[in-house]
Amino acid sequence: MIPNMDALTTIWITVAFAASVTVSDACSNAKPGALGSFQGQSARPIIRITGSDTMVNLVQAWAENYTEVRPTVSVQVAGGGSGVGIAGLIDGTLDIAAASREMKGDERQRASVRNGAEPKEFTVALDALAVYVHKDNPLNVLSIEDLAEIYGEQGWIVKWSQLGVRNVACAGDQIIRVGRQNSSGTYAYFRDVVLGSTREYRMGSIDQSGSKDVVALISRTPCALGYSGIAFVTAGVKALKLSTRRGEPSVTPSSVTVIDRSYPLARPLYLYTAREPTGPVKTFLDWVLAREGQQIVRDLGFVPVPRPDR
Amino acid sequence: MRRELNRRLSALGETIVELVIKMCGWSAIVFVFAIFFFIFREGAPALFGTLDIKEFITSANWRPESTIRPQFGILALLAGTASVTALAMVISVPAGFGAAIFVSEFCGRRTREVLKVVIEFLAAIPSVVWGFIGYMILNPVIIWVTGVPIGVNVLNGGIILALMSVPIIMSMGEDALKAVPDTYREAALALGASRWQVIYRVLMPAAKNGLLAAALLGIGRAIGETMAVLMATGHSVQIPHSVFDPVRTLTATIAAELGETVQGGLHYRVLFVIGTVLMLISLIINVTADLIVRGTEGRQST
Repeated sequence: MIPNMDALTTIWITVAFAASVTVSDACSNAKPGALGSFQGQSARPIIRITGSDTMVNLVQAWAENYTEVRPTVSVQVAGGGSGVGIAGLIDGTLDIAAASREMKGDERQRASVRNGAEPKEFTVALDALAVYVHKDNPLNVLSIEDLAEIYGEQGWIVKWSQLGVRNVACAGDQIIRVGRQNSSGTYAYFRDVVLGSTREYRMGSIDQSGSKDVVALISRTPCALGYSGIAFVTAGVKALKLSTRRGEPSVTPSSVTVIDRSYPLARPLYLYTAREPTGPVKTFLDWVLAREGQQIVRDLGFVPVPRPDR
Repeated sequence: MRRELNRRLSALGETIVELVIKMCGWSAIVFVFAIFFFIFREGAPALFGTLDIKEFITSANWRPESTIRPQFGILALLAGTASVTALAMVISVPAGFGAAIFVSEFCGRRTREVLKVVIEFLAAIPSVVWGFIGYMILNPVIIWVTGVPIGVNVLNGGIILALMSVPIIMSMGEDALKAVPDTYREAALALGASRWQVIYRVLMPAAKNGLLAAALLGIGRAIGETMAVLMATGHSVQIPHSVFDPVRTLTATIAAELGETVQGGLHYRVLFVIGTVLMLISLIINVTADLIVRGTEGRQST
């Protein structure tokens, strides 16, 4: 009897809590000018953006700044990974998907079968995918060839000494590979560029759910090596200079080397809409691609999209 | 007249309350079967279709999103779950029993109240907070103490899970020890047994069922735990060779990947097959616990 009562009480508390949260949400959304006019609230257009974990801070910053430009439009942002965003676009549950990789052919096909969508792609920022080591690691340069031998199946590089450095802070000399979970766009991009289309990842890498987690783990682990967006750099890690082949001159990840494509892991970041955008979504995308939106890209450590007319 | 109405009303109330209570009881059974059915139904098309069952069980390669050839081998994930759970039990069963014995037999009333409240508070800490402790605090501590290259590993996950299981094992173990009649203790002491002998030779055999059930419930908790192990074990697909290797568990794989798979795809369905495997493991543990408890009860009564 008493456990049942407890369960009932719990349910009531949950319901009451949910209700209070909903109410307080509604209240906090209401701007001073629109206070008390719930009619105006419901008519307020909402833009739902979901996807790439690499881009979530960027999209959030756009959303926050956009409310100042257009207080009548509400932009709702969620992360989860490029896969989540694209899956949502296919299912038709959101307006814009953020992705750090291109949409695949079969995904486009599914979107058109599911709800007649013809996804439109917008390159909204550029990003350098940086390869990070702990700040005390003496290594400064690395080649894509070596990276393939570290991350790829049957690769021969498993120790720091094989890269020609003595990583004093790492007693065991073993390279701890940090990566991303397999539905991440960054995971797919890194595989395609570093390993190519014929080689698999070697099992046993530490798979993190977020770009930030990769950097956080490396900053606490002297033996670690990992990849994440350059915007996530912290004081505890060092971004390596990269070259395509062993012995070639290596390139620092920066906005210049990303734009001139000399940095080997430079990639575009995308927003996708289900079809040719109209109304508030189009206005938002135009704003993102204009000067103000691109300034936010720069402020967050990403690289603005170069325009021929600028 | 009025009395008659009152009598009828209370009879009606009685029936309604009885019905509600009955429904509460039956709903548990319905829910369990419904959950099992839905999980199985989502996974079934893969299980009886495209999934290579032999590879599923015997391969350690988990590459569901490969563009070359997706591979769905859960051997490494099973090994991860088993190793972390086993280590957690090695730590938490002795610790939990020790705590239960101390709380029920040795300490005074005041200490007992304080200890019980504090240890049971451990059970109230959300699992994501435990994961956070493993990731942020235990990780550097393990690296610093043992000199291993990475601190999110079997040991880290095992310690965190042990800390999460101890409150359950302790409070159930204490109940079991408390249920042993005081006459047993008095008789043993009268025969000149020391306190240790009373506990080891009299109380523990007498409370065997309850203690076993406590340990098995602890195991169930450890196998089913998700968020904490996702963060503390390193989330790395490999068969561990020592407690210092990072691993990935079945539950953590579902948690990390299910949200991002396309509904109805093979990857999505295989994750549900893993869910079915997990439910089978829990079922086997619970049935074993039940059989053991019943078996010993039967012997005692005859």
